[in-house]
Amino acid sequence: MSNVEKHHLLNARQMASFAVNGYIQLENLVPQELNEAAHAEQKAWKGPGSYWAGSKVIQEIFELPQVKGVLQSLVGSEPVYDHSALHVVPAQYHVGQAYHADSVIDTRPFGFDIQAFYFSHDTPEIMGPTLILPGSHLHNKVNTASIARYKNIIGQRKLVSKAGTIGFLHNDIWHCAQPNYTDETRYVFKLRLRPGQEQRGLFNMDDYKGPEVAAEFRNYHAFAGNDSRLTQIAGAKFYRYLCGDDRVDFSFEGVLTRMGL
Amino acid sequence: MSKTRQQILILHLADSSLESHTVAWALYDGAKSKDELQMNTGDSQTPPYRSVLDAMRDGWNVLQLPTMPVYRSGFEHELGALPYEYVLERKVTIDE
Repeated sequence: MSNVEKHHLLNARQMASFAVNGYIQLENLVPQELNEAAHAEQKAWKGPGSYWAGSKVIQEIFELPQVKGVLQSLVGSEPVYDHSALHVVPAQYHVGQAYHADSVIDTRPFGFDIQAFYFSHDTPEIMGPTLILPGSHLHNKVNTASIARYKNIIGQRKLVSKAGTIGFLHNDIWHCAQPNYTDETRYVFKLRLRPGQEQRGLFNMDDYKGPEVAAEFRNYHAFAGNDSRLTQIAGAKFYRYLCGDDRVDFSFEGVLTRMGL
Repeated sequence: MSKTRQQILILHLADSSLESHTVAWALYDGAKSKDELQMNTGDSQTPPYRSVLDAMRDGWNVLQLPTMPVYRSGFEHELGALPYEYVLERKVTIDE
């Protein structure tokens, strides 16, 4: 993967939002003709094997400069393919998946994989767009389905999407597939990429200490209750890593500086 | 002939007070048959009770109170599952 032009990279406000919420959802990334081609392929695809490996369309989508720019901002210009899957929720399938974090508990202190969720067709709420809990990537001492007991959590959000939307999710975010109350099959293509380099300073760093970034860190996650300050501090610490600047401090009461963290 | 079945309601609260507000909730209903849907992930945005105390006022019995958090040196800021988890139950009558 080659470098992209700067205007395709995530800006500092977007990256701060990713640090706080653990995902970024971008509409209109993929032109409609490619969405239609991908959707047609997905409906026809019977497996076995890898949809990714067998589809030129899906690979063309992830070579679009506006898509590569987001990926480069998160996992660098030489990401490593981890795995992919075409996730399908059949028509009128009414059981929600259990909350989980993908793979196994991740021991990296700050490094992360990115999971791109590409919607080739409009996916309204009744069709079962993926449910996520913003901020839960910072509550990462959970292992796979250790959180499966949970059903509803304050702040949870469905990735309602128009065709051509991609959600870029931190690999630690809590999420689950949702019921499909329509007569159409729901498809979402997931691509997991590992970083090919340290994930510091990969985005458009203009104004990375500016007021728009500061505003992102004034969002506290209600699900964390009494721990919401700790969650905020964890997000600020994660942003330091993403910036490659271990002095920038948007933490609650400047705790990172106060405690020399 | 009527029999009783157990319903389990799990409420996660904001802090260790039973009056603090609910941040997560799950219902497991033993009165439902195997082919009936249980509560689904993501199926509601508003908790059934604002607090554990409100649920108690409505007839739920508390089975479990969470222990208070212990903050070990070096791990004070680590975050994971929701810490203030209350398990409540009530018995309901079904006809068979």
